[in-house]
Amino acid sequence: MTQLALVIDLNVCVGCHACVTSCKEWNTSGQAGPLSDFDPYGADPTGTFFNRVQTFEVGEFPNTETVHFPKSCLHCEEPPCVPVCPTGASYKRAEDGIVLVDYDKCIGCKYCSWACPYGAREIDEKQKVMKKCTLCVDRIYDTALAERDRKPACVLACPTSARLFGDVHDPESEVSVAIREGGGYPLMPEWGTQPANHYLPRRKTKLRIHEDELVRADNPLKVDGKLPKPAKAEPSLDDVTSW
Amino acid sequence: MHPAFSVIFLTTLIGVGQGLFLALFTVESYSAFGLLPPQDSRFYALGSALALGFLVAGLIASFFHLGHPERAWRSAAKWRTSWLSREVIVLPAFMGTVLLYGAAHFTGFNPALATLPSGAAVNVTAILGVAGTALAFALFVCTGMIYACLRFLQEWHTPLTVINYTLFGGASGFLLASGLASIMAPDMTRFYAGWTLILVLLALVGRAASLLRNARLKPKSSMRTAIGVKHPRIVQKAQGAMGGSFNTREFFHGQSAALLRQVKWVFLILVFPLPVGLLAGGVAMESPALLLAAFVVQYLGLLMERWFFFAQANHPQNLYYQAVS
Repeated sequence: MTQLALVIDLNVCVGCHACVTSCKEWNTSGQAGPLSDFDPYGADPTGTFFNRVQTFEVGEFPNTETVHFPKSCLHCEEPPCVPVCPTGASYKRAEDGIVLVDYDKCIGCKYCSWACPYGAREIDEKQKVMKKCTLCVDRIYDTALAERDRKPACVLACPTSARLFGDVHDPESEVSVAIREGGGYPLMPEWGTQPANHYLPRRKTKLRIHEDELVRADNPLKVDGKLPKPAKAEPSLDDVTSW
Repeated sequence: MHPAFSVIFLTTLIGVGQGLFLALFTVESYSAFGLLPPQDSRFYALGSALALGFLVAGLIASFFHLGHPERAWRSAAKWRTSWLSREVIVLPAFMGTVLLYGAAHFTGFNPALATLPSGAAVNVTAILGVAGTALAFALFVCTGMIYACLRFLQEWHTPLTVINYTLFGGASGFLLASGLASIMAPDMTRFYAGWTLILVLLALVGRAASLLRNARLKPKSSMRTAIGVKHPRIVQKAQGAMGGSFNTREFFHGQSAALLRQVKWVFLILVFPLPVGLLAGGVAMESPALLLAAFVVQYLGLLMERWFFFAQANHPQNLYYQAVS
């Protein structure tokens, strides 16, 4: 069975928000209607987003590290938001594992957002329905697009390729290999939601230099004393003896 | 969580309606077995109308919670998995039963359908009453489980949630029944007052237990599991938006911790000792005004109790929304 998902490499993400803006651009222009914004150029703007990049500081000065953390729906394999929906508007597709909301059935009761521990769902205050990441379901199957463009908008926009997209149930897919070999982990595993999206950890590239590598015992450049002068009778080889 | 007034009114109002209906049928079943003198059917009819009024008011309040109230009929679809859907089915069923129960008493259409071996007659109202009682308890379970089934809202994820919804509904309904009885059936006032006292005390035990439990809760999620970085000190520097979002509005009560504590003590006083005092005074002085005042005071307290119930619940998504920038 297919389970489409994103794998987000926190080691590579630079926090540029390109995924946020490209997500908003694609999904606010679609058939399902805009992702409403209110007071976008005013003092107190607010709006609906599928994807946000947050920033965390890990550690204490001076040993701190900045972690940019893109957060969107994780398309859980056991989505807690789906069974609580009273209308069936919130559902998980059997064929590709994407968790979607049917905007025509949603009554806007917000119960699914209470049931999501990740805060992945946001209500559209204008359309009054719950919205969330669709993994660009209107893009990834669009045969009018070139094969290389059939990916979520955020994945295509990422300038550092921090976002990978694919089937996490296919052990040979790019995302499965990345999770397996890059130590991919799910968020809040304690709730048993089994998120399909995974995150790749920060990795430190360390160069380990030993003392004897700094001062080489056999350094040909070190200043040596002159070799002793061989006797005239000794056989001479120009390369190994000196006068 | 952000306490939504629509839900606060829904849960408290239907609780009163359920409790009042249970109170009415308690007396009817007692009198069917000759344990209490039979009451005038007008008492049951008016009581049912009052209960129905509370249920309708709660239902109306619930519509203010919906973004699309015109699609509310759809919410009966997923009763196999959703407690909210189950509540949506059980609430109208219970309202219909209360309506029929009241109508049977009002019209006097109450033929005996069977006779028990003890000689007690099984009337139409007895059948409707038993059905209504079952539905009232089913509705308490549905309403409570809507909150108790959300496992990561740890403050709610306990059987005490369902128990307390039931006890608060019962206590407020029986208290209203005491007031109603003092006007329409004075000889029932002491019976109802006694049960009210028992239910209020049980509710006190249940709520105190949940307050103690919640004070000792350890959150399962932390910043470490939220972003998967194993470090004891993780501080948010930006949440991805400067102007707030649904996530910053829906999951915070927006009040200070001091106010939360004050609300807790005020509701503890308004729900438990004050109505009990007024109830005792009302029974001793045979004053319907005092008994109704006791109900009003307790209902105000229940509104605050429900506000506190929502405000106290700490959603794990708040870990992602701790600092704007």
